[in-house]
Amino acid sequence: MAETLTGAEIVIRALRDQGVDTVFGYPGGAVLPIYDEIFKQNDIRHILVRHEQGAAHAAEGYARSTGRPGVVLVTSGPGATNAVTGLTDALMDSIPIVVLTGQVPTFMIGNDAFQEADTVGITRPCTKHNWLVKDTDQLGDIIHKAFHVATSGRPGPVLIDIPKDVQFATGTYHGPRPSDFWSYNPRRKGDPERIAQAVALIEAAERPVFYTGGGVINSGPEASRLLRELVEATGFPITSTLMGLGAYPASGRHWLGMLGMHGTYEANMAMHGCDVMICVGARFDDRITGRLDAFSPGSRKIHIDIDPSSINKVVRVDVPILGDVAEVLREMIALWRERGGRTRADAVAAWWQQIEAWKAVDCLRYKPSDRIIKPQYAIQRLEALTRGMDRYVCTEVGQHQMWAAQFMGFEEPNRWMTSGGLGTMGYGVPASIGVQIAHPDALVINVAGEASFLMTMQEMGTAVQYRLPVKQFILNNERLGMVRQWQELLHGERYAHSWSEALPDFVKLAEAFGCKGIRCDNPADLDDAIAEMLAHPGPVIFDCVVEKHENCFPMIPSGKAHNEMLLGEASTQGAIDAGGAVLV
Amino acid sequence: MNALHIKPGSSAHSAYDLRSNLDERQERHTIAVLVDNEAGVLARVIGLFSARGYNIDSLTVAEVDHRSHLSRITVVTTGTPEVIDQIKAQLSRMVCVHDVHDLTVEAPHVERELALVKVAGKGQDRVEAMRLSEVFRARVVDTTLESFVFEVSGTSEKIDAFIELMRPLGLVNIARTGIVAITRGPGKLEKRQD
Repeated sequence: MAETLTGAEIVIRALRDQGVDTVFGYPGGAVLPIYDEIFKQNDIRHILVRHEQGAAHAAEGYARSTGRPGVVLVTSGPGATNAVTGLTDALMDSIPIVVLTGQVPTFMIGNDAFQEADTVGITRPCTKHNWLVKDTDQLGDIIHKAFHVATSGRPGPVLIDIPKDVQFATGTYHGPRPSDFWSYNPRRKGDPERIAQAVALIEAAERPVFYTGGGVINSGPEASRLLRELVEATGFPITSTLMGLGAYPASGRHWLGMLGMHGTYEANMAMHGCDVMICVGARFDDRITGRLDAFSPGSRKIHIDIDPSSINKVVRVDVPILGDVAEVLREMIALWRERGGRTRADAVAAWWQQIEAWKAVDCLRYKPSDRIIKPQYAIQRLEALTRGMDRYVCTEVGQHQMWAAQFMGFEEPNRWMTSGGLGTMGYGVPASIGVQIAHPDALVINVAGEASFLMTMQEMGTAVQYRLPVKQFILNNERLGMVRQWQELLHGERYAHSWSEALPDFVKLAEAFGCKGIRCDNPADLDDAIAEMLAHPGPVIFDCVVEKHENCFPMIPSGKAHNEMLLGEASTQGAIDAGGAVLV
Repeated sequence: MNALHIKPGSSAHSAYDLRSNLDERQERHTIAVLVDNEAGVLARVIGLFSARGYNIDSLTVAEVDHRSHLSRITVVTTGTPEVIDQIKAQLSRMVCVHDVHDLTVEAPHVERELALVKVAGKGQDRVEAMRLSEVFRARVVDTTLESFVFEVSGTSEKIDAFIELMRPLGLVNIARTGIVAITRGPGKLEKRQD
């Protein structure tokens, strides 16, 4: 039924009709009519962030931890440009967020008006799609279409730019449309012929491995359940990308740990030596493959992905299956069972023996210390003291992120929020706020580095304002640890600008924000300090002072293959040649 | 396989060719893309090509269905078979794209380009230009006592050849449409399911 409403009213109505309960935003001149409507209602909660980048990352945290789209409302010009990093982050990691930006009135567009920016032009390459609304009559449909686009197919960020006069004018509003109303409708079902080929490969595999990614998480909880069913039924080993952690439980018998540049020895060696690779919702990113011409040279590859452009983009595969992970896995399991549920059990048992030998290398070992806190030890203790809790973990980007991925175990999907594709320092603090908003009673931890934390720490004000008990667990090595590690390995130990000088006192900083600060620099005190952090009912900044020069291992040096991993300090001499140094 | 060999300096070189080793496996494909005729749609398609380093040898666009606001973009591109596949996949996943057809592999097709060519001159050169235009079945669409505007259509090679012949005869300006293409026979291109 059509109704006549103002543009600003249509925005709120459409959000409510989409089931939106939370908007992360920051007001400004060009969105004031919409803020006026927010003021008049109580269905949608507005969370005032401290910077528009924070709004976008908070919406990402909300989306990653719930599977529902996150919503952002910011003003024109600088409001929109500040959100660009969050949009790009969401595009790279396929996170559904809907960003509403104000715009100068239509009759002023192009005149270099105050706080005018070509928002749709700027964000065209960093959104899945975007719209400039010039007619209030179209506003409602565009918002509904935006939600459809953000959440269907390969999810991603969308942006709707709404000029101020469109917000004031009245127009016709229709409710949400059925999804087949829109011309954009990516296929979900896999090609049965290809699925049959994949099943035949699974039946004949002697050295198989599942290589899974964020696509499993994005497909929904059913995809994780089906993946677990298939892994348990076949008995094949499974590894995952950074984005896919939690789809298969870390405590599962077939888990090899994360793969890739800082993945485990056993995961990478299994990838290198496998004869059948079953890639589910992952995209052969350069952090995963290492040197391409030496990537898993002897394997036949199955690739399940909903995005046609992910298939054969980097690595040519033998059996591409275009479709939704859950749909394809369901068909695959059904067909495999129908054909007798066969595997080459003897060969797979022998393959497991080989994998156990690789596991025995104990690739995550490090030199312990009772004098200074080793960063790995800090994460291990954090893991041990929070395991089994209703826990969500965010990270920033760098060494601490890799250690968190290596040493924390995720049993369920949507429990791990990290910036993978874009590698955005400053992601974690606002993301943890978005997660806590969606899960008010859960334990939300942001594993951070001190440098990343400083990039978006103003959002602690948001945490305090909304009484969000997020725990900021900072591994403070007073270094840009990953940059420093690369400079050590690649640039002759010339540590150009990779240390954090003039750091704030994080305890005082916490107190200045009105939250709790804890500092710990002694391994003997660490457990008590973590317990104190967990016991505190409000937000905490935990300054964990760790070893300054620890390197993150194992590591596949750039330009090298999976079977050329560095396992520890002793093996780093001349590890990276000039060719590798060019790569990032 | 359509193999037109356009001379360097005409239209075969994109401003956005970021790849250094152009190997022999480079193929030239004509791709028809049906898109929503909405604001910024051309920028989206061109932005895709420039951001990912693909070539655009020729690109034409016009609305072909006024009722449902659909435009047809005909893009001619060059790349290895892997790059061509990527281009099609990247195009087909765009929200504003309804359909992508690689005419080079899907069906026999005709390609045509139209050019307006202005030639100024007097005396023998003017007579010769007129005589040659008849050979090329070009039409005169504007004339003064000392100039012609010829309209010539055909393959890009034919237009190249015509332009080369006009050059010594007083060529002033050229306007070319870029290539448009359509399949042969009565069939309509069906929506691709892949």
